[in-house]
Amino acid sequence: MPAEFTQILPSAVPLSWYLVLSAILFTIGVAGFLFRRNIITVFMSIELMLNAVNLTFVAFSYHLKQVDGHIFSFFVMVVAAAEAAVGLAIILTVFKNRATLEIDEINSMKL
Amino acid sequence: MDALLFLTFAGIAVLCAINLVLQTHPISSALSLVGVMGSLAVLYLLLGGAFIAAVQLIVYAGAVMVLFVFVIMLLNAGAEQRRSRSSLSVWISVPLLFTFIILLASLIVSRTPPSAAVKFGEFTGGGVANVGRALFTTYLLPFEATSVLILVAILGAVVLARKEI
Repeated sequence: MPAEFTQILPSAVPLSWYLVLSAILFTIGVAGFLFRRNIITVFMSIELMLNAVNLTFVAFSYHLKQVDGHIFSFFVMVVAAAEAAVGLAIILTVFKNRATLEIDEINSMKL
Repeated sequence: MDALLFLTFAGIAVLCAINLVLQTHPISSALSLVGVMGSLAVLYLLLGGAFIAAVQLIVYAGAVMVLFVFVIMLLNAGAEQRRSRSSLSVWISVPLLFTFIILLASLIVSRTPPSAAVKFGEFTGGGVANVGRALFTTYLLPFEATSVLILVAILGAVVLARKEI
C-alpha cells in the first residue's frame, strides 16, 4: 500500500463512525418497517433494527473495555431468534387463514 | 488498514440494507439481510468481539435466515404488487429521512469524545473465555431466564403450527 494512501486513511477508526453506521442502519430499518407492505419484509426490517442496536452495544463495549455489551447483544440475539420462531409461525397461520401476505389486508383488529 | 476495512464493510452493510428496503421480492430482501449480517460480523471482529461475531454468523446468518427463507419458499411468496403510492408521501418522506440521519449523525459526532478511537487488537476481552465467565457468573440469572424464554417460544411455535387454528 503506498505511503500517502495510509496517511489519508487513519489507522484507528473513531468510535463515532460505528455509532453513525448503527444509526443509519436503524433508520433504514425503520423506513422499511413503515414503507413495505409484505409482512415478511416488515419482519426482516425489524431484524435489521435489532442488528443495528447490537452494533452499538459492541462498540460501547469496546470503548469501555468491558465485556458486558457483548453479553447484552448475545441476549438480543436470543430474543430475536425466539421472536423469529414465533413470528414466522404467526405469519404461517395468518397465511393459512387469509391467503395473503399484505399487511393492509390483515385488518380485522382495526377499530 | 482499520479504516479501509471499516469503510468497505460499512459500505456493504448500508448498500445491502438499502437493497433490503427497495427490493420487491422477499427472497432478494432475505439475501440482502444476510449480506448486512455478514458485514456486521466482520465489524464485530474489528471491535474485538470474536465470540459475538461467530454467534452472529451461526445464529443470525445461519439459523434465523434459513428459517426466513424456509417460510418464504413454503408460502411461495411472490413479488409485492406495485400499488400506485401517492408521490407526495415519497417526496416528503425521503428528504425527511435524510435530514433525520444527518441530525442524528451530527448529534452522535458532537457527543462522543474525539479521543475515542477503535484500533483492532487493543481490546481482546471478547473471546469465548471472557464472555463465558461473565455469562455464568454475573449474568447467570438472565441466562437461565433465556432458557425459559426459548421454551415458551418453542411451545408457541408448536401451538401456532397446529392444523386447526
